[in-house]
Amino acid sequence: MAAASHRRATDDPAWAKALVIGIVLAFLALVLVLPLAAVFVEALRKGLDAAVAAVRAPDALAAVRLTLITAAIAVPFNAAFGLCAAWAIAKHDFKGKALLITLIDLPFSVSPVVAGLIYVLIFGLQGWFGDWLVERDLKIIFALPGIVLATVFVTFPFVARELIPLMQEQGTSEEEAAVSMGAGGLYTFWRVTAPNVRWGLMYGVLLCNARAMGEFGAVSVVSGHIRGLTNTMPLHVEILYNEYDFVGAFAVAALLCLLAVVTLILKTALEVAQPHVRGRGGH
Amino acid sequence: MTISIRSVEKTFGRYPALNKVDLEIADGELLALLGPSGSGKTTLLRAIAGLEFPDAGQVLFDGVDVTFASAADRRVGFVFQQYALFKHMTVAKNIAFGLDVRKGKDKPDKAEIARRVEELLKLVELEGLGKRYPSQLSGGQRQRVALSRALAVQPSVLLLDEPFGALDATVRKSLRRELRRVHDATGVTTIFVTHDQEEALELADRVAILNNGRIEQIGTPDQVHDQPSTAFVCGFVGEANRFEGQVSNGRFSAGVLGLPATGLRDGAATAYVRPHDFALDDSGFEARVERAHVQGPLTTVNAVTPDGRRLEISASRAEAARFAGTIRIAARKAHVYAA
Repeated sequence: MAAASHRRATDDPAWAKALVIGIVLAFLALVLVLPLAAVFVEALRKGLDAAVAAVRAPDALAAVRLTLITAAIAVPFNAAFGLCAAWAIAKHDFKGKALLITLIDLPFSVSPVVAGLIYVLIFGLQGWFGDWLVERDLKIIFALPGIVLATVFVTFPFVARELIPLMQEQGTSEEEAAVSMGAGGLYTFWRVTAPNVRWGLMYGVLLCNARAMGEFGAVSVVSGHIRGLTNTMPLHVEILYNEYDFVGAFAVAALLCLLAVVTLILKTALEVAQPHVRGRGGH
Repeated sequence: MTISIRSVEKTFGRYPALNKVDLEIADGELLALLGPSGSGKTTLLRAIAGLEFPDAGQVLFDGVDVTFASAADRRVGFVFQQYALFKHMTVAKNIAFGLDVRKGKDKPDKAEIARRVEELLKLVELEGLGKRYPSQLSGGQRQRVALSRALAVQPSVLLLDEPFGALDATVRKSLRRELRRVHDATGVTTIFVTHDQEEALELADRVAILNNGRIEQIGTPDQVHDQPSTAFVCGFVGEANRFEGQVSNGRFSAGVLGLPATGLRDGAATAYVRPHDFALDDSGFEARVERAHVQGPLTTVNAVTPDGRRLEISASRAEAARFAGTIRIAARKAHVYAA
């Protein structure tokens, strides 16, 4: 039998495969597809016009703008930081390296609410620098800088985490080869190190961006929820929902989902577009 | 380019990788650094390259101290173990890297670089593959690209770290000859690291054998094979039967086996006998043949002495028939070292 000849020792019986795949699909449908569908269904409950109108309300537009500005600041910052951190960790040996790796993971293990509170404690009115900031009429908490800071804190592991294993796997021999042929540090970085990690970097940036636009907890603490001013999209969704404006809430939520979908499409496109130089191929 | 290594020491953590190594390499020489893994051979190569800096000692190029000079200032060509080709660059770009990186008047113009690349591709017989990416090449082809990239900067010395380690046996053999040919064509002083004694003996003008961060012996392939100066070299280079025994009154004995050991003090000793140095001899000791198998033009005979010592004997095919049942043999030649 032709099919039998393709069987491998590790193959499980058909019913087991079907069961496992079924469980996965059912679980995905329940916790992922259903809620996602619900978001769009609820948003369109009173028709497309109502949804569009809700998104085009001045407060909603302000929230979209604030979210995009925050991501536009936080993501490049974290991309640069992540690249530096990964380069330092993967290509060099220094004291305290293990500690640095642990620190980079901190935002993943600390509750975002705590992260937000830290900034309130430092920069808030009653905080360490509160008086100093008031004297100079600088606003960090309940303003854009606080929101950006909180977002940066929560999203900074993404790029570094994506790049560290990639760079470690690639080792340092290509850099050594470049240096032995007379290339300087910067030249080596731009011509050898960076091109080898560009796909990983873009992937990390996309993940970072998705999280930056969606962050709720930390931003919620530092934002102050001033409508049209310090409300990001996730916060705006919550406000509308609490005001029983379900169509509005779900319409903005749907827009947020669409941004995530665009991110996912970009990510898939990146994976498909990788030419002959597949990030990890080579050997 | 002559290279002098003077009492070079290097320690990684608490583990000494190089222990007062001295080595002189003549201009245009092809030298092999041979040793087991952990012997310090790669560290020595990297110290010569300027990729590693010694804790003590000196590295001199033509009498000039370059101990702490950068790899680029030394103008070394280095071929890495896994080739370290730039994955995102074409073969031509890879080879041109060392020229592209130059600045100002040192940098050849585009046409000149293209001409050099073509010349090098021709030298390693890869014409027409300049536009390919490394991932589109076979292992042997990548090795050739790495070699020509190292040669592009017209290095004063060519250094290769286990250059054939990642290749299968047939490709390895042809690339060995290729390296010898390229070396002879360019005349560049060449040092390569290997753990494969066959490779070292076939390819090199001289072989330096390293063990535990020290050089055990330096000499031509003949010398290190036929006149090993230490027990380690004797055991590491070429096949050998090893016997633990005693020396007394200038004679080594281990059970039924007796060998002359003039000049050695009485006491424990180790003797090595190459398989081809055993011969049938009626005045010799007794052994029983267990198995004989053909190995090219020779027959390898496995025998065992009455006191249970296993021997490997190499004999010509014509002689092979006489190695049957119980035989009497003696060692024509042996290397005996005090323990």
